Amino acid sequence: MRSRPEVRRLGRVPYAEALALQRRLVEERRADRVGDILLLVEHPHVLTLGVRGDGGRSHILAPADRLAALNVAVYETGRGGDITYHGPGQIVGYPIIDLKPDRCDVHRYVRDLEEVLIRVAADYGIEANRLTGLTGVWVGGEKLGAIGVRIARWITSHGFALNVSTDLDFFKLIVPCGIGDRGVTSLAALLGRPLELRSVEDQVVDRFAEVFA
Amino acid sequence: MAIDVVMPQMGESIAEGTIVRWMKKVGDPVDRDEPLFEISTDKVDAEIPSPSAGVVAEIRAQVGETVPVNSVVAVIAGAGESVMAAPPRLSPTVAATPKTSREVAPAAGAVSRATENLARERSSPLVRQIAAEHHVDISLVQGTGIGGRVTRHDIMAFLEQHRGNTASSQPEPPAVVRGAEDRVEKMSVMRKKIAEHMVFSRRTSAHVHSVFEVNFSRLTAIRAAKKAEYEAQGTKLTYLSFIVKAAADALQAFPLLNASVEDDNIVYHKDVNIGVAVALDWGLIVPVIRNADRLDLLALSRAISDLAANARAKRLRPEDVSGGTFTITNPGALGALFGMPIINQPQVAILDVGSIEKRPAVVNDAVSACPTGFMALAFDHRIVDGAVADQFMSRVKQSLENWDEKQA
Repeated sequence: MRSRPEVRRLGRVPYAEALALQRRLVEERRADRVGDILLLVEHPHVLTLGVRGDGGRSHILAPADRLAALNVAVYETGRGGDITYHGPGQIVGYPIIDLKPDRCDVHRYVRDLEEVLIRVAADYGIEANRLTGLTGVWVGGEKLGAIGVRIARWITSHGFALNVSTDLDFFKLIVPCGIGDRGVTSLAALLGRPLELRSVEDQVVDRFAEVFA
Repeated sequence: MAIDVVMPQMGESIAEGTIVRWMKKVGDPVDRDEPLFEISTDKVDAEIPSPSAGVVAEIRAQVGETVPVNSVVAVIAGAGESVMAAPPRLSPTVAATPKTSREVAPAAGAVSRATENLARERSSPLVRQIAAEHHVDISLVQGTGIGGRVTRHDIMAFLEQHRGNTASSQPEPPAVVRGAEDRVEKMSVMRKKIAEHMVFSRRTSAHVHSVFEVNFSRLTAIRAAKKAEYEAQGTKLTYLSFIVKAAADALQAFPLLNASVEDDNIVYHKDVNIGVAVALDWGLIVPVIRNADRLDLLALSRAISDLAANARAKRLRPEDVSGGTFTITNPGALGALFGMPIINQPQVAILDVGSIEKRPAVVNDAVSACPTGFMALAFDHRIVDGAVADQFMSRVKQSLENWDEKQA
């Protein structure tokens, strides 16, 4: 039986700062100075690139000057996956978890993260699904939650992003995850009403504890 | 003692992994549990530690390669063993370790099941697909890639060599019935080349076409205003000059359309070299405007008319028709509304310009006669998705319809 992961709700954190914190916590976790942790943050506008190939740089549709005008930063990360956008109104979760000894399966880990987001969506009466071959959580062919993970000696970092009330126009700057013919959605867009980010965060915390119990 | 480093099993349903980075190179010392390389599967990237301390003696799987679980990707030599002095492939530690025949091309007929599977697994999905389509046993193909991997080049060479033997796998074309008065003419070399090139392209790329309508009113006015100026400089300002310019700019914005596919890599070309198809009485040729994105409208107009004139006079040099990264074809000149072109390999897109004529168009809620034309883009859906292709086309349309006069 695993102990419940410690949850740290950090509010609005710049991407670079969250990245440095994750790196530090991965080391701490490896040395067993901390237990499993779930970081929950909200980022200012940022485009982040994966490690594979060009990291998805070619999927940035907007010219550099437009990104600068919109105050959108671009970061290279160590996670899997292609390019993605983070910004206000989006819950970003970074689980720093040691998958050893009983969870050493990267696919299972990714499916578990999807499960957390599917259950959160269900809490709002929304039926979200997995699409074979397209990691993430989808509603009617539109992406509600994105996943990109890094695992170093079975300790996880990076994680998931759930669109709560994200300004979806920002996704038009990129081809999300390199998948051009599919759209992006948010809980608020699906429900047609505004949502309190903190209350959705509460659901994420509960559902995460449930799936990773 | 040399230790093999294998592609780890990262999960029950995971059969292979792609190397994304080596943290160490051959000759580097490494500690046990020190990060050695990174792999990527699905949406997960994982850092893999060294299984033992020693020196990296050999790296067998390069960045970008996808290899099956449990295949050897590197060899670590124990501390004290000399590997730095000799080139890694010849190092005694490696030579002394008995290995399967994967470093030696297997002789046909004497292939063990294990080696055959290995050869199959070690080739890219594209190579496996080509092999399946032609009913070729990959283990019979000599691999020149890393670790004896069969590359696309290897299998294409093999097919070329064995064309007679594998012909039975293709359906026979129906026999041509020659009438007494029919005329038979040998194909010219150019004709044969075009035929092969076109069929090859159809077989290679997943062609998709997208058609946009463009209103040329503004460009018609600009052309009329600048006609004398350009003629005084000894050239003609055609719609095609504007289109090449607009396409060059859009290719910079969407580099995926200015790319090529090489096995399972996408090669983004730095230079924007636009080929313009020129119809000849005896065939078709595509001279290339190099670095089209760096030329202004006047220089582009000159380049287009010079290349076309040289093509018709058979004065093109080999370098005039090679190195293209994108192609524009203009069947509208002969009246076509638009065409659905075949991609000029190894490019991934071709822009087709239909006839530009006055047609009814809705402007400010009124119907008026405007010079309009259809433009069709054929793109390779293996790497280009509809959204990117259409954004590219939107950009071309926008710049043509709202042409900045300072550019002309």
